[in-house]
Amino acid sequence: MSTQYNSTELKTDTVTNILVVGVGGQGVMTAADVLAQAALALGYDVKKTEVAGMAQRGGVVTSHVRFGKKVLSPSIKPGDADMMIGFEPAEALRWHNHLKPGSVVMVNDYPLIPPVVSVGLFDYPEDPLGQLSDSAVELHRFNAGEAAIDLGDRRLVNSIMLGAIADHLPFPPETLESALLKRFQHKGTALVELNRQAFALGRQAFNPTETMATA
Amino acid sequence: MSAIQPAQQDQRQFISGNEAVAQAARDAGCAVASAYPGTPSTEILEFIAAYPQIYTEWSINEKVSLEVAIGASLAGSRALCAMKHVGVNVASDALMTQTLIGAVGGLVLVVADDVGLSSSQNEQDSRYWGRFAHLPIFEPSDAQETYAMTRLAFALSEQYEVPVIVRLTTRICHVKGVVTSSPADTYEPKGFTKDPARLVMVPGNAKKRIPLMMARDQVLQQVSETHPLNYTESGSDQSVGFVTSGAAYFHVKEAYPEAPVLKLGFSHPAPIEKIREFSTSVDKLVVVEEVEPLLETELKAAGVTLHGKDILPRIGELSPHVLTPCISKLTGTPCDEKLIPVEELFPRPPTLCVACPHLGIYYCLSHIKNTIISGDIGCYTLGAGHPWNALDTTISMGASLSVAMGIDKGRSEADKNKNVLAVIGDSTFMHMGMQGLLDITYNKGNVTVLLLDNRAVGMTGGQNAPSSGLDIHGEATMQVDFRKLCEALGVKSERIHEVNPYELPTLFKALRSETKIKEPSVIITNQPCVLTERYSQLPPLKVDDDKCTGCSNCLDVGCPAILVTRRETVIKPNGKEKELAFVNIDTAACTGCDLCTNTCAPDAIVPAFNVDKINAVEVK
Repeated sequence: MSTQYNSTELKTDTVTNILVVGVGGQGVMTAADVLAQAALALGYDVKKTEVAGMAQRGGVVTSHVRFGKKVLSPSIKPGDADMMIGFEPAEALRWHNHLKPGSVVMVNDYPLIPPVVSVGLFDYPEDPLGQLSDSAVELHRFNAGEAAIDLGDRRLVNSIMLGAIADHLPFPPETLESALLKRFQHKGTALVELNRQAFALGRQAFNPTETMATA
Repeated sequence: MSAIQPAQQDQRQFISGNEAVAQAARDAGCAVASAYPGTPSTEILEFIAAYPQIYTEWSINEKVSLEVAIGASLAGSRALCAMKHVGVNVASDALMTQTLIGAVGGLVLVVADDVGLSSSQNEQDSRYWGRFAHLPIFEPSDAQETYAMTRLAFALSEQYEVPVIVRLTTRICHVKGVVTSSPADTYEPKGFTKDPARLVMVPGNAKKRIPLMMARDQVLQQVSETHPLNYTESGSDQSVGFVTSGAAYFHVKEAYPEAPVLKLGFSHPAPIEKIREFSTSVDKLVVVEEVEPLLETELKAAGVTLHGKDILPRIGELSPHVLTPCISKLTGTPCDEKLIPVEELFPRPPTLCVACPHLGIYYCLSHIKNTIISGDIGCYTLGAGHPWNALDTTISMGASLSVAMGIDKGRSEADKNKNVLAVIGDSTFMHMGMQGLLDITYNKGNVTVLLLDNRAVGMTGGQNAPSSGLDIHGEATMQVDFRKLCEALGVKSERIHEVNPYELPTLFKALRSETKIKEPSVIITNQPCVLTERYSQLPPLKVDDDKCTGCSNCLDVGCPAILVTRRETVIKPNGKEKELAFVNIDTAACTGCDLCTNTCAPDAIVPAFNVDKINAVEVK
């Protein structure tokens, strides 16, 4: 398995800023919660805040996860995010002003068209990820939405996206994996196993060269 | 130093400010907790309801809720009441007199301001209530402080016999952080003591209480000056010193780690002398407070030189990103804040849910002409948006009926043939709408009321209400009978119709007949909120591509599961252009409510799966 977390520039004495963005109902807040729990288990100070105006009704959801020795403000400033998990391509583009140059961006390449676009009031950008890759970020893309449906449940997007980011954190991917699987323990081994598969799929699909090198 | 102890490594919990309030209520030996749901405060009572030792209730409105908590306090028990900022407007009648009586058992009012209006009709600063009602205010800055200050609030309330306001904001309620709880208090209820001179607020008694309240202000002012929740953190850079409270404190610390800070946890009455002394130790003093310049005004009146809203915004949330350019301008230093352009993208406005029972109502309302429609507060306020554009007013809880009454009585000649409608949900009707209906019947108004009964408080997540027949714990209780209630409020029996909102012809018929008759009438819908367990899904639908003519009638329903697949412009026989929109249905999202099939003339909307397959799924 990849041990890229050792070589990353992130250090424990700095605060790590992770932005999780998407649309209400996609599991953005849950993914952010898992990240926070993993950091908490390692003894970090952690804060998590959401911008979720009526998220349950299909609105934009953005979750800020910050962890380090001591975290002050819960919000990530524009230009300060070390990583982003984008559950939807246009949402990833929407928040790109929050990214640091060189930050790692994992995007589920599965567009969700809102009714205001569907009825013709607004346009969906032609190639949101193309626009994103023009900026100085390390973009990884994969259709996690379809992969989740193939695995049997669209809600597995969450676990796939967490797998995507797992090898880029300042702690071992196993810590994130166990924080994720802990959430399903009371729901039986079948669900734990399914989410383990989704997590592994995310790690591999988003980071093909890295995982091949250590396979 | 802070009165708040840092988290112990082995007992760390990761919880929100709202859950921290609940744990504090539990550990303070609180006996009664009440609330009406409202973003961002709703979860406080949901968390408290999990503690069986605390009596917990969804009250029917914030005034009732506060009065229940007041009663519990007068009975000698510790009590907590939680509400959003606009809730205090409703509760203020009780609050403004309770302050004369004070508290017996600790009485804590937790108020959550929706700074930035994530889900509210206005932005207001609840710290005004501390000034208006002569009550102390605690302002925590994160979840750990929320836990500690809520517990301290109970103690302070008893010590000085005063209700205490704990002022939260969205950025405290919904932010999760690391919290450690401390050992629980054992609180012995004091019992109810008859004391009419204190508890019966008739003029003769109330007059004598006012000087006592003023004296209490003086005492609290002195307590605040030396209270451990108000403390100074020294800094190496004296060029700017900050006085700050609440969420803004951490934004200041993040942006200016080297600056001296006077942090106010006990923010009203403010420790004016302490701040004056602090101001002499720094070159420039900046007051950083969210929304209104309350502290700033008081300090200026006391002769302290400072900056505040002259350089900082008065609207919306503050953040390090908002602070830095303002402070740089003041100090004349270059601002290294990165100015990265924001991407101009389509919005994602909130929508009604797939199969929401309100969809049918708004489909009808958007097709009925010659109407003025007065709206109310709830999910159905979304009917003001696309594609329905069906509401003409929305103001406050219950206002749909009374405002409609005023429109009816105040209408000019130009509007004399218009139909005046009021749209209100079940919970909002019980909160403050019933009085409006009684006003309409008593004063012979001509208003058609649409009472959208989905058996829950939908907008805040489907909480129970008297229309649910279930209490806060989901246990059975009485269920209000709206037909009987409306009859009792003076609506004629034949003017009350109960309709299924998925049956468009029935809806249209009821609306047309009742708007024609110049008498108060009520149309009650009877299908549950799709977010609640009461709702049961039906087999999903799909679009038969061969039959879809692109007429786009189904898009007027506004269901988020109906998506446009392609558009075409055709020339009609009369030479006019017509826009066509061909659709499909997201079968995975569709719950088969059948509303859209009502609107489809060519019968292109059909079951997604054949019957055999559905049976096969059920067997599996």
